[in-house]
Amino acid sequence: MQNRRETLRQSAVVAGLLASTGLFPQWAHAAFNKAAFETKTVLDAVKAYGPGSITESKDVTITGPDIAENGAVVPIGASTTLPGVKQLLLLVEKNPSTLVAMFNVTDSIDATIATRAKMGQSSDVFAVAIMADGRALFAKKEIKVTLGGCGG
Amino acid sequence: MADPMRIRAQASGDKATVRVLMSHEMESGQRRDANGKLVPAWHIAEVTAEHNGKVVMTAEWGPAVAKNPYLQFSVKGAKAGDKIAISWKDNRGDTRRDEATVS
Repeated sequence: MQNRRETLRQSAVVAGLLASTGLFPQWAHAAFNKAAFETKTVLDAVKAYGPGSITESKDVTITGPDIAENGAVVPIGASTTLPGVKQLLLLVEKNPSTLVAMFNVTDSIDATIATRAKMGQSSDVFAVAIMADGRALFAKKEIKVTLGGCGG
Repeated sequence: MADPMRIRAQASGDKATVRVLMSHEMESGQRRDANGKLVPAWHIAEVTAEHNGKVVMTAEWGPAVAKNPYLQFSVKGAKAGDKIAISWKDNRGDTRRDEATVS
C-alpha cells in the first residue's frame, strides 16, 4: 500500500528524470509502459516490469544473425521452453533506449516470438523471459552491425 | 489511415504460425532533419492479436522496432478456417485492424 507522500515523491523523481533526458511525454497511454521504453540499461528495463534481478538461463534462447549488414533491419527472436512465461522482452544493450519490444504471452500461444529491430551499433542483444513466479531469465547474443540504423 | 497489414496464418499440426507485416514509418526519434531538428518519434506502441475474438497476445513496442514491422508467433489450437485478427495503435493515436483466415 502506497501513501500519498510516497506517490508524490516517486512522481517527482520520474518527472525529474524525464525532464533531464528531454523526453517529457507528449502523449500518454494507459496501457503503454513508457518509463520502460526510456530506460538505458537491461536491468532497469526489466525492473520497470517488476523483477528486481535477472539470471542467465539455458532455457531461454535468442535468435539473430552474428553479423547484421544493415542495422536498420535486424531479425531477432526470443523463445523459451519453460512453462509459466508471462512476458518476453527484447532488448539491445547499446541502443539509445534499451528496450525494443515487450510481449505479453498467454497460454494460447507458444512462447516464441520473432520480429525485426533497429540497432545503432554492434551490441549484445538480450531476450528476457519474465515468469509468473516473478523470476526474470535472460539469454544474450552479440550482434555485429556494419551499418548503423539510428542515425539515418 | 495507414496501409493494410499483410497477415499470413498457416496451420501445421496443432498450431498455426502467424506472420504479420505492418506498414508503418517507425520513426526512431533519434534522426535529425535537414535543419538539424530532431524528427519526433512515431512508432507503433501497442499490438494486440486475437484468435476467434479471444486476445492471445498483446505487445508494447518502442521506436527501436524496424520500419514496416514484422512479427511472427504461433497460436496453439488454431486450425484452418479460424480467424486471426491483429490490431495496433501508434503513439499519435492512429489505429489499424486487419483480419486473416488460417489456411
